[in-house]
Amino acid sequence: MSHFIDISQAEMVFNTKKGQFHALREINLCIEKGQFVALIGHSGCGKSTLLNLIAGLLLPTSGGLICDGREIAGPGPERAVVFQNHSLLPWLTCFQNVYLAVERVFGAKEGKAQLKKRTADALDLVGMSHATDKRPNEISGGMKQRVGIARALAMEPKVLLMDEPFGALDALTRAHLQDELLKIVARTQSTVVMVTHDVDEAVLLSDRIVMMTNGPAATIGEVLDVPLARPRNRVELAEDPAYIQCRKAVLDFLYTRHGVAHKQAA
Amino acid sequence: MVSAVFHSPSDASDALRADKASAATPSQNPMTSSPSTALATPVAAKAATTPKRPTIDWGELALKVLSPVAGLALLVAIWGLLTMKSTTFPTPAATWDAAVILFSDPFYDNGPNDQGLGWNILFSLKRVAMGFGLAALVGIPLGFLIGRSKVIGSMLNPIISLLRPVSPLAWLPIGLLVFKSADPAAIWTIFICSIWPMIINTAVGVQRVPEDYLNVAKVLNLSEWKIVTKILLPSVLPYMLTGVRLSVGTAWLVIVAAEMLTGGVGIGFWVWDEWNNLNVQHIIIAIVVIGVVGLLLEQALVSIANRFSFE
Repeated sequence: MSHFIDISQAEMVFNTKKGQFHALREINLCIEKGQFVALIGHSGCGKSTLLNLIAGLLLPTSGGLICDGREIAGPGPERAVVFQNHSLLPWLTCFQNVYLAVERVFGAKEGKAQLKKRTADALDLVGMSHATDKRPNEISGGMKQRVGIARALAMEPKVLLMDEPFGALDALTRAHLQDELLKIVARTQSTVVMVTHDVDEAVLLSDRIVMMTNGPAATIGEVLDVPLARPRNRVELAEDPAYIQCRKAVLDFLYTRHGVAHKQAA
Repeated sequence: MVSAVFHSPSDASDALRADKASAATPSQNPMTSSPSTALATPVAAKAATTPKRPTIDWGELALKVLSPVAGLALLVAIWGLLTMKSTTFPTPAATWDAAVILFSDPFYDNGPNDQGLGWNILFSLKRVAMGFGLAALVGIPLGFLIGRSKVIGSMLNPIISLLRPVSPLAWLPIGLLVFKSADPAAIWTIFICSIWPMIINTAVGVQRVPEDYLNVAKVLNLSEWKIVTKILLPSVLPYMLTGVRLSVGTAWLVIVAAEMLTGGVGIGFWVWDEWNNLNVQHIIIAIVVIGVVGLLLEQALVSIANRFSFE
């Protein structure tokens, strides 16, 4: 039980109007401190559900989840979430959005000046100091996602949970933010769990790739270790045999063994 | 895919700028202090070129100013034509003359039964404000409760559905019975008619608070007070203001009818009084004035609502 996050025999069944929906079955996964883990799978395979279980936004029907020696019984700031659609509050400025989180986590121990400094530092970390007083609708999608990441990082979480954080962005911005994330994670030594459907993103960013089978009743099909040294450079990696091999392994899992196209087309 | 293509120019510039920002050290980098101007430049350039091209669009101006005037003129002309030979219905000219006299001294006071048009309007507005204010005090918190709690919602929804379609004037006798006086009964009627839109719109607003925002609140573990002030209130506000706007509109509709029945000083009673005096010009003037006041109320609330829109 020395793992940082320990998921054992987790099952998730949703009660829907059409009856019960068995989303996840027999999920067993251990994540070490400081590891970057990607969850990958076809859409509808329950990877976001698994992330929400770790976040505590959902509670498992059976089985247990432990984070840093404690059972996950609900959401909490030590497991910060970066949501897919940034989820910044539109009536607050970027600064206020981050400050709301900082105040909640450190407000009891620290003075206002210290809280403001934390907020400013977090915005600086993601390169958004210039937009401090702007509202989310005044900045671009990429910038919003950075502020969302800043909000999560400012809470100094034990685990950073990211639900397809770059899914809604164009390819150039996505690549740029991935590089930024690599630098930030290298600096903060964060433990990260990231949901993605992008094979390149998964291989580039993570230490381990958790590949999920198709739903309903999805489970972990395979876990791939990515043996690439850090810091990583996307241009150099493009020709790295280990990178190509990892990429091939994931593609092989997703499309050869667990392809979904013909099933859904019918 | 479509959205990615759509966003790419601004996002690409964002990425490019950040690239530069990370290349230079922050202290020497001019971009850190002026990216807002870099972002604003193309917009400013666009804004500068647009107003130059159409100096004054005469066609547009004519459509906006002349056509409403023409519509009004046509209405008055038809009115004039129809009343040319009438002895009972006043002509536009006669109405105009009466209006000039009326508006020359809107705030005279010759005792409780003969006061200026201005006083009548103000008394009606006061009743609307009181009834409406009370309705807001009760209706908005009730809407929050219904939106937040399924039990309270299913308890109260049938009652609301049953009472909402009832004409507010049907409540007037109840008001007279309970309050034993005309003025509170009129206020009570306004209260009843303006409470429903506020309850319903607030409840809908609370139910439609985006799940994402509530998830943020859960992950941050915000206190109930912070959830209400930072998340619920701001996101419900536009819905609430829609309810307020509908309420004020209805209240202004109903006050005229209520005052006709209760009497006292007020625009509704004034209309009825002038009818008893067969002063038809004054009734026509009152109709226009009621319309203008209603329009101003509506416009004022629309502009308030627009200030609180975040999208």
